[in-house]
Amino acid sequence: MNRFKDKTTSLKDLSLNFNEIEPDLSPKEAMDESNRCLYCYDAPCITACPTDINIPSFIKKIASGNMKGSAKVIMDANPVGASCARVCPTEDLCEGACVLNDASLPIMIGNLQRHATNWAIKNNEQLFEAGEDNGKTVAIVGGGPAGLSAARELARLGFNVTIFEAKEKAGGLDTFGIVSFRLPQEVSLWEVEQVENLGVEIRTNTMIGRDISVSDIESAYDAIVLAVGLSKVPMLGIEGENANGVHDAINFVETTKTPPLREDFIGKKVAIIGAGNTAIDAATCSVRLGASDVKMLYRRTEAEMTAYEFEYEFAKQENVEFRWLTQPMKILTDSEGKVNALECIRMELGEADVSGRRRPSPVKDSAFTIEVDAVIKAIGQSRFVDLIEEFDLSHDRGIVTIDSDTHQTSNPKVFAAGDVIFGNGQGEAMVVEAAEQGKLTAYSIYKELIGENATVNA
Amino acid sequence: MADLRINFAGIKSPNPFWLASAPPTNSGYQVQRAFEAGWGGAVWKTLGEPILNISSRFAGTHFNGQRMAGFNNTELITDRPLEVNLKEIYETKKRFPNHTIIASLMVEPQQEKWHEIVKRVEAVGVDGFELNFGCPHGMAERGMGAASGQVPELVEKQTMWAKEVAETPVIVKLTPNITDITATAYAAVQGGADAISMINTINSLAGVDLDTWNTIPHVAGKGAHGGYCGPAVKPIALNMVAECARNSTINVPISGIGGVSDWRDAVEFMLMGAGGVQVCTAAMHHGFSIVEDMVDGLNNYLDDKGLDSVEDLVGKSVPKYSDWGDLDLNYKTVARINTDTCINCNKCHIACEDTAHQCIDMLTAKDGSNYLKVHEEDCVGCNLCSIVCPVDGAIDMIEIPSDEPMTWKERETAIKQPSCGISLVK
Repeated sequence: MNRFKDKTTSLKDLSLNFNEIEPDLSPKEAMDESNRCLYCYDAPCITACPTDINIPSFIKKIASGNMKGSAKVIMDANPVGASCARVCPTEDLCEGACVLNDASLPIMIGNLQRHATNWAIKNNEQLFEAGEDNGKTVAIVGGGPAGLSAARELARLGFNVTIFEAKEKAGGLDTFGIVSFRLPQEVSLWEVEQVENLGVEIRTNTMIGRDISVSDIESAYDAIVLAVGLSKVPMLGIEGENANGVHDAINFVETTKTPPLREDFIGKKVAIIGAGNTAIDAATCSVRLGASDVKMLYRRTEAEMTAYEFEYEFAKQENVEFRWLTQPMKILTDSEGKVNALECIRMELGEADVSGRRRPSPVKDSAFTIEVDAVIKAIGQSRFVDLIEEFDLSHDRGIVTIDSDTHQTSNPKVFAAGDVIFGNGQGEAMVVEAAEQGKLTAYSIYKELIGENATVNA
Repeated sequence: MADLRINFAGIKSPNPFWLASAPPTNSGYQVQRAFEAGWGGAVWKTLGEPILNISSRFAGTHFNGQRMAGFNNTELITDRPLEVNLKEIYETKKRFPNHTIIASLMVEPQQEKWHEIVKRVEAVGVDGFELNFGCPHGMAERGMGAASGQVPELVEKQTMWAKEVAETPVIVKLTPNITDITATAYAAVQGGADAISMINTINSLAGVDLDTWNTIPHVAGKGAHGGYCGPAVKPIALNMVAECARNSTINVPISGIGGVSDWRDAVEFMLMGAGGVQVCTAAMHHGFSIVEDMVDGLNNYLDDKGLDSVEDLVGKSVPKYSDWGDLDLNYKTVARINTDTCINCNKCHIACEDTAHQCIDMLTAKDGSNYLKVHEEDCVGCNLCSIVCPVDGAIDMIEIPSDEPMTWKERETAIKQPSCGISLVK
């Protein structure tokens, strides 16, 4: 199923390395594949999709040549459906549930979804319309997948919606945090545009708590959706962390999303600390920026790593080296304060901890040093605790507490969705989950402010 | 290794696969290539008065990505001079003396014209004739082809004229564009036909272009009906063969034509009474080499069935084809779902629920897994679920014990009541 056609990386023109690696299905491929779909009744792929996209319906529409209808089915259920076609772990979701897994090969649902939404992007289709103005206003803090999704549905329901986005463009993770060769920025920006075209105002470069106070927002809007996601990678807490050449993986990936691309990685040795999806992104970006030696260091083993299987496979194909049971202890620098080595220690796995994973502990006298030119930290993301506290919301170490049915926080006027609520059993950190939460939040606000159940006409 | 040779109405052929009279048999070059590829015979593209063809003359009907599920043409008979065709028939027969060459003929319904062409063609050494009373387009507008073939008297008379001078067997090719094909088949037999062949193509319009609103195909913006063939017409052809085969007044061999695409189709036609088959669309779709699997597959099938000869197949299913009134009203089957093989696409459930008898339930087992179950007391044995099921063996139609057999005809006799049509008049 690996269709990556160009496996070589270019050193002459690094930007080529950041073109989308998986080509769009050709019309013939899309037709063949869509005709293979059984059009199941009560299809398990729909149930497996967090946003309940009617997958057999959109696939049937591709087969019948009804491309606009197909794109609408996808985007109706998922306002960031074009991004999700690229970043969803489809083998765990829709494709994993396909009944053809047992009979032959599952339908390439992700690729078909990409094909249909690509059609809409290329044809510049505006798929939905704003609802009749209901006189109510909603502020959305954060223009990422959850915020956009909530905004899209609220606008269709007739609300006056304003998104406050700290960055210069909306789209959040989809625009800045996912490597370009998986998700080109223009795809995410098309989704942003779809929302803007419904009359949603997006105030970019505007940070709540800095540019506008929390109290101003609270008094100016009938409801608020807090969808700020996650913040920077936390500190490792080891010596040398502030040295020149140490990067935050989120910031690092972000620098590859907008030209010009940095050229200082060509021929360099890079160590990535962590083994989640962001760590893989940092590693593969390093390769594509021309690094000659890219290692991922993880203190546990392959079995405990959190990266998706397909991401792991991709990294291996990119010649990323994995060092398991390895804990960095100290970042060493040269006389100019630039990273030149990483001191590590070997680990071993002991008893299971509260998370159920076996706890790693250092092996005595096993310290060793590896030469590196850059270190990228990818050990998770911290949370916007200050902002959450400014809103005076109940939270658990930055995980905002919500009513799981209504997404309402401890402040009845404030709702929360996306990564800001991820954790403690509240959803999974996936774009598609954030999109669903945004939708549910919109319906819940409608119920709260209008007093009826929401119905959105496609 | 079974004997694949046939003797069809006295015409000997190395195997039962003939190319039908059509574009693939337009020239000596093509027919010789076909024989080299393994075809047993060829019915040379219809000889007759030189005609003019139009450009843009074929169309395919595609279904769910499958190309040429059906095929449509507005091409006419040969557009090459008779002398050229006769020379090439002679040369081809000389090079392939053991292969079958049949000449398809079409002329106006005049005795002397039939006499003349039969004599001229027979002189070059053909193994037999096939009279084309089927071509539905173009020629019919000039009183030939289907225009003749739809009138039993004209079929009988022209067959007779051909038989008056022919020394080799005469096959009459019938048009399906008629209410009851046995009427024209009977007329052919009355006219002295040695065999009949069916079906020619069915009147059709392949499609309409959604952008230009032109017909498909179109000739400078205008279209006309064409002749339909290919896999889509097989059930229609098979029925017509079967109707003729089970009719005792039509006691001549039948050459089966219409959607024969592989050896399995050929076996079905032969079981239903065809002494051999003719193929066109499958060759036009894939080239002459497709005959290799036809011959090989048939051979393996015969060996598996323990049959020595292909002729042992002919007509074996004919006694099983009858009228609705002869079917057992008490026979009962029900669907049974094999949960081990079922992939839970639920297509059977929704087909039954929306369009049949609402007797397939979607259930959840104690372990949380989903499964489907037929409540057999409500199942009428319609087969729909097993037809829509994408997995072989996931739904079986099970025969269940029932009362003594009784057909509608027997029931009518038993209750000594007039049939419903008459009772309504009363």
